[in-house]
Amino acid sequence: MCLAIPGKIQSIELRYEGKVRMAKVSFGGVVKEASLEMLPAAKEGDYVLVHVGVAISLVDAEEAAKSFEYLKEIGEIDELIDHTQV
Amino acid sequence: MKYLSEYRDADIVAQYLEELKKTVTRPWNIMEICGGQTHSLVKNGLLSLMPDKINMVHGPGCPVCVTPLHLIDKAIYLATTQRVILCSFGDMLRVPGSTHSLLEAKAAGADVRILYSPLEAVKLAKENPDREVVFFAVGFETTAPANALSVLHAQREGLRNYSILTSHVLVPPAMEAIAGDDSNIVQGFLGAGHVCTIMGLTEYYPIVAKYKMPIVVTGFEPVDLLQGIVMLVRQLERGAYKLENQYSRFVQETGNTAAQQVMQQVFEVANREWRGIGNIPLSGLEVRADLALYDANKKFDIAIPPVTESKECIAGQVLRGIKKPYECPQFGKKCTPTFPLGAPMVSSEGACAAYYHFSQAENRVAV
Ligand code: SF4
Repeated sequence: MCLAIPGKIQSIELRYEGKVRMAKVSFGGVVKEASLEMLPAAKEGDYVLVHVGVAISLVDAEEAAKSFEYLKEIGEIDELIDHTQV
Repeated sequence: MKYLSEYRDADIVAQYLEELKKTVTRPWNIMEICGGQTHSLVKNGLLSLMPDKINMVHGPGCPVCVTPLHLIDKAIYLATTQRVILCSFGDMLRVPGSTHSLLEAKAAGADVRILYSPLEAVKLAKENPDREVVFFAVGFETTAPANALSVLHAQREGLRNYSILTSHVLVPPAMEAIAGDDSNIVQGFLGAGHVCTIMGLTEYYPIVAKYKMPIVVTGFEPVDLLQGIVMLVRQLERGAYKLENQYSRFVQETGNTAAQQVMQQVFEVANREWRGIGNIPLSGLEVRADLALYDANKKFDIAIPPVTESKECIAGQVLRGIKKPYECPQFGKKCTPTFPLGAPMVSSEGACAAYYHFSQAENRVAV
């Protein structure tokens, strides 16, 4: 449950009278919502490390790809997807 | 080797293993704090590939595992008697309390839901204004900002039917409890990378200085782990004790300050009981008194009888590295992931469960 997974910000929308930025983040095609409140500088197209629906760190594209591949190989990404379907 | 050959970086792993063999001249006990790291070490078969002189001790770094039984019982009580929608991460819902787990309560009709994020729980509360929604907020510092945010979102929405049941633990006090214990055998720590992504490095300098123990903040992939271990062993062999950062691609000195602010807005530091270890002063987070409306502990009158842990479980020794999981008489016998007797067997990130699941890859384990 402590895993953080890198993904790419596809779009950003404002909520709560513009105070909260929420992003659609793509994890190798699986799109999930993530809060950008911890990363005021994150913008569309950036890669971010997401933990339980909150982006916690910016990542460079190459690092994101490497890290994502590893998580996929060991089956953790399936878990991310399964988790939400039970 | 079966596990490693599947990875792109088998060559780099081999290089680090070679480096480690050249560096190590004496036996060292090294603790990895993070359960994700334990899982990765065992799953990738690294323990059997490393030199015998390196003894990896698997720390208490699995928040689900160290959640006390009585808290799980509380969550079950809320779900079964208070018509509450009880939600949490999948791992937490699978852990048995003193009689059964939340998922078993769900099978028996309670409204229990697995969510990916606490922010989804706030949505549930909004969609179900006539029901109370409780999120079982478990985690280390990595997860605390997300759980805190859920409270702030509920507040912004003006919701009065959302609260969290906190089981939040903090890493540095646990390291101190281990390093300062009379029976301690640990000589160096691998710090938990994602925890430090949030908190930064500053909390760890005093621990290094006080206990004269090196700490290397490390990631969780096989290459990260081996590199972190090499860095730590180099220090140990020289008699050095410094804080080093193997995971600098994700961890900055000051951490994520926006996340720290959100944590402080919602939580305050409190004493905490760790399953398998006991009470550790100032080692947890509770919802601040002025946000009591969002604190399930204060909102509901939860009266449940106290519970005691199985006397047969030696988790206290396993979590301090004095015994390996397979040295426990109940390992794989009375105690399995389906019927765990103690904390380290309850989630795949706990040391006993990690050894149990991957015992095929770890030939030192006889099951
Ligand atoms: S194997 Fe089970 S009983 Fe033994 S220490 Fe681990 S959790 Fe406790």
